[in-house]
Amino acid sequence: MNTLGIIQTKEITFAQPPDELILESGQKLGPVTVAYETYGTLNAAKSNAILVTHAFSGDAHAAGYHEGEEKPGWWDAMIGPGKAFDTDKYFVISSNVIGGCKGSTGPASINPATGKPYGLDFPIITIPDMVHAQKRLIDHLGIDTLLSVAGGSMGGMQALQWAVSYPEKIRSAIPIATTLKHSPQQIAFDEVGRQAIMADPDWHEGDYYGKAHPERGLAIARMVGHITYMSDQSMEEKFSRRRKENDYAFSFKSDFEVEGYLRYRGDTFVKRFDANSYLYITKAMDYFDVAGKKFIAADKKVDAQFLILSFQSDWLYPSYQSRDIANELRMRSIDVTYCEIKSTYGHDAFLLEVDAETHLIKHFLEKVSQQKKSPTV
Amino acid sequence: MAEIRYDHQVISGIIETGSKVLDLGCGGGDLLKYLVDTKNVQAQGIELDEEAIHRCVAKGLSVYHSDIDSGLKGYPDKTFDYVILNQSLQQVKNIDYVTDESLRVGKKVIVGFPNFAFIASRSTLFFQGRVPITASLPYEWHNTPNLRFLSIDDFEYYCEQKKSQVIDRRYIGVPLLAEAFPNLFAESAIFLITATPE
Repeated sequence: MNTLGIIQTKEITFAQPPDELILESGQKLGPVTVAYETYGTLNAAKSNAILVTHAFSGDAHAAGYHEGEEKPGWWDAMIGPGKAFDTDKYFVISSNVIGGCKGSTGPASINPATGKPYGLDFPIITIPDMVHAQKRLIDHLGIDTLLSVAGGSMGGMQALQWAVSYPEKIRSAIPIATTLKHSPQQIAFDEVGRQAIMADPDWHEGDYYGKAHPERGLAIARMVGHITYMSDQSMEEKFSRRRKENDYAFSFKSDFEVEGYLRYRGDTFVKRFDANSYLYITKAMDYFDVAGKKFIAADKKVDAQFLILSFQSDWLYPSYQSRDIANELRMRSIDVTYCEIKSTYGHDAFLLEVDAETHLIKHFLEKVSQQKKSPTV
Repeated sequence: MAEIRYDHQVISGIIETGSKVLDLGCGGGDLLKYLVDTKNVQAQGIELDEEAIHRCVAKGLSVYHSDIDSGLKGYPDKTFDYVILNQSLQQVKNIDYVTDESLRVGKKVIVGFPNFAFIASRSTLFFQGRVPITASLPYEWHNTPNLRFLSIDDFEYYCEQKKSQVIDRRYIGVPLLAEAFPNLFAESAIFLITATPE
């Protein structure tokens, strides 16, 4: 498989006081740092840039390898020479969302007002806030119009938000396994995760930096999350009722492989993720709602083309939510292709169904790039 | 280049250049691609089969993954100049609903269907006592996707009942005779209908 080789994360900082970023809540945030990576080469016309937006626990490291690391970026199967997002043709940008903990400004960053980590003094951020920060990055890179913005799950929400906030700045969008608005079920799972963290005695109202972190709570939150990313069938195939030992332990140590898997996932997650970021980012997803009148204004002429993808066994972001997106676009006479991909992987499918996604995305991007950009007046 | 199906050529002959077209049950997109190439249409397809959707996308077409019965929701009235139901109406569960919806979202509707009263079908049934298999009805009774079997006269009568106006009729079958006696000599028919009399 072709690879991008060693990649370094870069960063920009903007919104220095008194010109802070004004957030949807009305609060101000500044300075703001955004961590990002780029793959491929920006062409002279600056017309081949694609922004890839990450899911809940993702980061700027979407493809290639970091020095000394064995695992590539989270969408390496899709980004690289000859891949869906072909870096021989396109200039791919990936950034960490604000509120995150992988280089962009978030609750673990130093609050310039106190010289200490923000903790809960960090303002509530929303998906639009994340997208406005990305827009600053795109401006910084000298790009006027994106060829596409693409992402799965929360990344799909950002792609939709780009279409709502900056419809004239994108030529296409690829929202995958996502929704126009978080449903009560999606909010409920997020709330369980938040409560697990906040119930951890080490959480201390978010003021735990430099001390023990609320690792138990965060691990439990992640365990719940992982259940929602799989499907009944994928869990059966992956674990069935297999046990580590032949005999039951008749105790509460983990007998079943699925228990061991979830514990392992929880324990590794706490090493790479900040509990407060978990709270802030899940809240941002829960606030997300661009349904109905909040979507692209009905009288707005939008030339951007959409590719909407969902997965058959995804019960966290079920296909009806993707059909709703496609229908909102159809009502506005906006060009849209929608495909529900057969898969047993559940929500995880957007990271795993590489062949089907590659085929659809590759051809879709070819179509979009062949069409001349309508002249901006 | 692959040979162009005759019914596709007929449909292309009906459609005006630059029209907005929706193909219900567009399959791999052969017809839509042909219409894009010959008539520069703005094309949109609706298709249920995922693999066929992949072929449409590879042709640069926009397609919506859905069955025909529920695929028309969401389109405003008269979104399309033409809605095409080519060789798919006989596979629809809720004919009335799909016909009404097609007439709602399309200014004109093109319906192409196999004629069950074609002479070859009649003779198979009459002389052999077997369910007919013809070029336009190529399936065995146990593997046919067709839910309905209709003749050209049946469809004429249906349009009358629906009070939809038939603007044009094209017949594919025995040369000359198909025009004179379509219900007997046309293997399939392509109707152009509309909801509002012009």
